[in-house]
Amino acid sequence: MSFEIPIGPQHPALKEPIGVRVTVDGEIIRDADLHLGYNHRGVEKLAEQKNWTQNIYLMERICGICSHSHATCYVQGVEKLMEIEPPKRGLFIRILVSELERVHSHLLWLGVAGHEAGFDSFFMYVWRDREIVMDILETISGNRVHYAINTIGGVRRDLDELQAKHILDSLEVLRQRSEYYQKLGTTEPSFVARLAGVGYLSKEDAIELCAVGPTLRASGVPMDVRKDDPYAVYDEVPFEVCTADTCDVLGRTVVRIKELMQSYNIIEYLLKNLPDGPIAVRAPRRAKPNEVVSRYEAPRGENIHYIKSNGTDKPERLKVRAPTLANYAATIKMLKNGFIADVPLIFAAIDPCICCAERSVAIVEEKTQQERIVTMSSLRELNLKITNYQARKREAEWPL
Amino acid sequence: MLQKLTQWSRLKSPWILHLNTGACNACDIEVVAALTPRFDVERFGILLEGTPRHADVIICTGPATRQMKDRLIRVYEQTPDPKFVMAVGACAMSGCVYRGAYNIIGGIDQLIPVDVYVPGCPIRPDALIEGVVKLLDKIKQGAK
Ligand code: SF4
Repeated sequence: MSFEIPIGPQHPALKEPIGVRVTVDGEIIRDADLHLGYNHRGVEKLAEQKNWTQNIYLMERICGICSHSHATCYVQGVEKLMEIEPPKRGLFIRILVSELERVHSHLLWLGVAGHEAGFDSFFMYVWRDREIVMDILETISGNRVHYAINTIGGVRRDLDELQAKHILDSLEVLRQRSEYYQKLGTTEPSFVARLAGVGYLSKEDAIELCAVGPTLRASGVPMDVRKDDPYAVYDEVPFEVCTADTCDVLGRTVVRIKELMQSYNIIEYLLKNLPDGPIAVRAPRRAKPNEVVSRYEAPRGENIHYIKSNGTDKPERLKVRAPTLANYAATIKMLKNGFIADVPLIFAAIDPCICCAERSVAIVEEKTQQERIVTMSSLRELNLKITNYQARKREAEWPL
Repeated sequence: MLQKLTQWSRLKSPWILHLNTGACNACDIEVVAALTPRFDVERFGILLEGTPRHADVIICTGPATRQMKDRLIRVYEQTPDPKFVMAVGACAMSGCVYRGAYNIIGGIDQLIPVDVYVPGCPIRPDALIEGVVKLLDKIKQGAK
């Protein structure tokens, strides 16, 4: 006897709107299905109407947690298109912010993992310390979440001595705290018992299902864009790729805590070796017709932007492949044969960023199976038609 | 007497439901950050609730995507009276950068009545706290 249970889109365990439909047999999940699209805003289409500079701010607002990742990935691509080379100091500051973002994102995740595991004081502790990173980011960029520090050809704000010193001081505190969390997270018996063995994803499955980021690395595959295909200044920064081989949520926790440590080292290196010079170069308004793929290691995994230009000051096509999207297939695998009670934990373990992943697909005509390019206005009409004139299907049909 | 008591308890412990209607997540983490030790809205008796049926205040982030439209209205209807809505972030107020996109309604006040608007993209937790205090003031004045 199997039941279907709908979870979401608005559900206490999921912070963002996403629907999961799990088929259960008793307590055990036999199948899972994801319902997406609640957070789809049409960013890609919108990007085609804005110019290169405006798009930086739009890209930032794809996601609030990895805002710098999307902006940097986009800016790197556009710089390649425009054939400009940002100055060294600009790149250093850009990478500095992206490492700080990784720290804040991983701390955030650690807290959420603690919360989902029922360890709320851990959550509060971690989030208290996360405020230190937020303060650093605020001193650098003036903002807590959307830093708006990137610009095409470099960064917008410089760093002075005092700020660098402040960051180094705060880093010491963070390092100590993270060591404490490492100890707590990996030795506290009840916490470990809750996480170990949950959401198993074998190495072969992880590779086959194209998992990315800490999810992949926790299955023992050392893959990291920063090492494999170094962008910006990562080829001269010493750091290690962290892996774990337990293939479960515990492993993902360990990988993230280790990455925190690596990030602290990177930040320290960047600040101590910050070169002098300008922070940005002037960028042209237009880009030659060309196309480019830009890769970036976001806190959640590999982020890919495909950008096509047609000689005007607007992109012709912008495609975003966010890390969470790549991890969905693996999540389904992890959910299968697990317990219902583990759903939030497993979900949280990939660090889902639903708003990142809500990218639209090409419209495929049902009858002819043909893809077609549509304009914004016709898309809008289509959308109105679908949402307003169609009989609404009831969402939660209780199977009793 | 009973009315006084309910009014008092409503003011002292407004329970909130956080609803994401297509936000970019930044407002959401700032809402959560407001609950954590640095800002700690719990000292006003504010508690984050999981279900709309327990909530007094709906904190709404995001520009209301068409997909979320029906759900938003349903959540609003499920919340017991009296209910209050806070539109948090530029998105929930008007649509922010997404304004004009095909899937965006643009501002939740197009769908449900809103009591307090908190501007910012994203809001700072301090702004959220101020918004809550304003809302409490409003409730208090409404009672008089
Ligand atoms: S107001 Fe800004 S930060 Fe908040 S959800 Fe909208 S785009 Fe994101």
